[in-house]
Amino acid sequence: MSKTAPAGADPAPVLALKGVSKSFGSVRALRDISLELRAGESHALAGENGAGKSTLIKTLAGVHRPEAGTVLLDGEPAVFHGPADARDAGIAVIYQEPTLFADLSIAENIFMGRQPRRTLGRIDHAAVHAATGALMERLGVDLDPGRTARGLSIADQQIVEIAKALSFDARVLIMDEPTAALTGSETARLFSVVETLRTEGAAVLFISHRLGEIFDLCRHVTTLRDGQLVASEPLEGLTEDELVRRMVGRDLGELYPKQEARPGGTALTVRRLTREGVFRDVSFDVREGEIVALAGLVGAGRSEVAQAVFGVDRADAGEVRVNGQALRAGSPTAAMRAGLALVPEDRRQLGLVMDASIERNIGLTGLRQLRTRGLVRRAGERARASDWALRLSLKYGRLSDPVGFLSGGNQQKVVLAKWLATEPSVLIVDEPTRGIDVGTKAEVHRLLSSLAADGLAVLMISSDLPEVLGMADRVLVMHEGRLVAEIPRAQADEESVMAAATGRAGSRGEAA
Amino acid sequence: MSATLRAPEPADTSQPSPAGAKGGSLAEKVLRLREFSIGAALVLLILATWLVNPSFLDDQGIKDLLLNASILVLLATGQSVVVLTRNIDLSVGSVVGLTAFACGSFVSGTDHSAVTVLLLGIALGTVCGLVSGALVSFGRVPALVVTLGMLYVIQGLDHAWAHGEQINAANVPDAVLTLGSGSVLGIPYLPILSAVVLAATAYFLRAYGSGRELYAIGSNPEAARLAGIPIRRRVLTAYAFSGAVAGLAGALWLARFGTVVADAANGWELTVVSAVVVGGIAITGGVGTVWGAALGALLLTTIGSALVVLKVSSFWEQAITGALLLAAISTDRVVRGRTTRALRKRSRQ
Repeated sequence: MSKTAPAGADPAPVLALKGVSKSFGSVRALRDISLELRAGESHALAGENGAGKSTLIKTLAGVHRPEAGTVLLDGEPAVFHGPADARDAGIAVIYQEPTLFADLSIAENIFMGRQPRRTLGRIDHAAVHAATGALMERLGVDLDPGRTARGLSIADQQIVEIAKALSFDARVLIMDEPTAALTGSETARLFSVVETLRTEGAAVLFISHRLGEIFDLCRHVTTLRDGQLVASEPLEGLTEDELVRRMVGRDLGELYPKQEARPGGTALTVRRLTREGVFRDVSFDVREGEIVALAGLVGAGRSEVAQAVFGVDRADAGEVRVNGQALRAGSPTAAMRAGLALVPEDRRQLGLVMDASIERNIGLTGLRQLRTRGLVRRAGERARASDWALRLSLKYGRLSDPVGFLSGGNQQKVVLAKWLATEPSVLIVDEPTRGIDVGTKAEVHRLLSSLAADGLAVLMISSDLPEVLGMADRVLVMHEGRLVAEIPRAQADEESVMAAATGRAGSRGEAA
Repeated sequence: MSATLRAPEPADTSQPSPAGAKGGSLAEKVLRLREFSIGAALVLLILATWLVNPSFLDDQGIKDLLLNASILVLLATGQSVVVLTRNIDLSVGSVVGLTAFACGSFVSGTDHSAVTVLLLGIALGTVCGLVSGALVSFGRVPALVVTLGMLYVIQGLDHAWAHGEQINAANVPDAVLTLGSGSVLGIPYLPILSAVVLAATAYFLRAYGSGRELYAIGSNPEAARLAGIPIRRRVLTAYAFSGAVAGLAGALWLARFGTVVADAANGWELTVVSAVVVGGIAITGGVGTVWGAALGALLLTTIGSALVVLKVSSFWEQAITGALLLAAISTDRVVRGRTTRALRKRSRQ
């Protein structure tokens, strides 16, 4: 793969940001960011979760309007009133989560909003179908253009997204972690397509958590941290360690204050848990005082396992035991009573009632204990909330403020408080630090670590590899609905976890 | 020899997506099956009723059936377009009532033509639809609340205006009444009009970009936004269309019955929504065809007429409609889960 641009001086930027800032409420997502994308050049965007990468992409895609600074298209200031404007300017975006219409056919998904027309402005369905077939051929995949998108694997959905970008000969191709859910061969296929587009003159902006891919594919890297620009430089001469330090801003040891674990008895036992078509034969234990990470690619079925363990989804087969007692399947109430707590991935949708106050949210799991003759005691609710706010060093104005006013990190603390208040013996956390600033992230890590030191069994689902490696006593790895590896802390490194997560046989740790 | 044995393609190019060929037709087949089974139920019902009482299918019987169905089919067509975008329009019954009465008042004692009445009805209905649509799309108020509110507001206006009076057929010009009772080649005008609107809508939804975008919006609103689809404008248009069709239905109501009281078509909104859902349009949007919805409307009407012919109490009609609605929504959920799982399994193999 050639990384060099065509001979001669740097070509003029096709798309650029100049001094762009963007805030959401009190959170400043981007501060004075500048970036230049050149034709025929692959540019990497690096940064931790919550650094502002997604916001930056959505600004380039016309989804967000910057409140300061300008977007430059071919050197001229451009205002995108919406995603359609950006698309018409030749900017294609492939989001982390594929955005397909499940009920419509693949062909319709690709050409939605810009179908070829025949007389009287009618859609030329035959042309749509044929063009889709041609795109699939160009991508070397065997997908029927007439098939509905419902039920497509993540990799195939990604392919449809790429076909969409190809279909309008994008001049700028922006990819937000496109390889997160792909296997090795799928990634190679994707990269060869991207390389073809690049040599044909497209500018590429590439985001990946796999640093190796960044070094393979890109020539230039821009690093963000907490919404600010850290550096924009050629990758040549840069080492992976240097890049990580730019992203994180401190040493990893400082970031992951892991205390020595002294595992006790088995707190959570999962045996042959199966949900048809989602995951199969998942068995593992979590002991008191231990942090076990559940790693894997997006779509491997990790969150689904957590939800089945907690009883939100009903498993088709298998058994869950908490402190030796079998759990009634499909009942979160029974799970809570047995001492299980689940902090879900999506705190806005599943973890919090955004319009309700901090104290109400924290009190939500304890309505049973807070009740006298069927009525909830306000004073008890407030006492419980202020107690936990103090213990988690929550930053807030008043406990009666709506949770929606808090920053992401503090919202996450409220979710944690809400569940810790039930005094669980097993805590399941799903992506505990997604979208949280680095400072608060470290606080959450310190908290999890000290909870484990006090004897709590912690099962942590995380896509953040440094977090997995920094926090876990043991790493369980899932691949396509199966538990494929169990790697002890000493042997867990980026290579071994990624190898198992991408299903590369032979390089597994101690297979579970 | 060994060189010629090589596969024409690298093995892994076809490996990740063997789902291919048959996957698409499965989801489509399910929908076809739904429309087919409603059609079959309809035929069975008509045959059974005819066997019990042959007058059900004589010339007058068929004519009555068609006339009874045409207004419901029309309303179901309009409602479908709204439901496809993951919204709902509960105000259609009251819009029919208002336009029927307004058109009646307008033409009473005059000799206006049928076309004028139809245009007036459509215009009035469009205004009602635009108000609901603007509140839903630009005001971002949930559709259920907006259209429920509109239902009562319009009903209230209608009653205040009518003041207990009614439109008498004797005052309605003959030209208008002929529209309701006349026919060409033995087929009454009403069902012809409904069929034309139905076919045009079906064609629009299939052949035009904005029609497909209505499906996209209902299927995944967030993806629709990212695809640059003007969601608000499309939703507004869907409501305006539903309103226009309801207005047309109101004018036809006047033509058909001549005598109109203020609460004409009172309570129809739920029958219309039932017809749409029974006909296979998902209440969560994105799936279904107006042909299905029209079949649903035809089925509900036929059940009503058959019960009369079979001398069963008309209270049963509501119970049966309700049971069909529940059955339709339950099968939707089960079938959707099953097909998703089946499709996913094929993708994984």
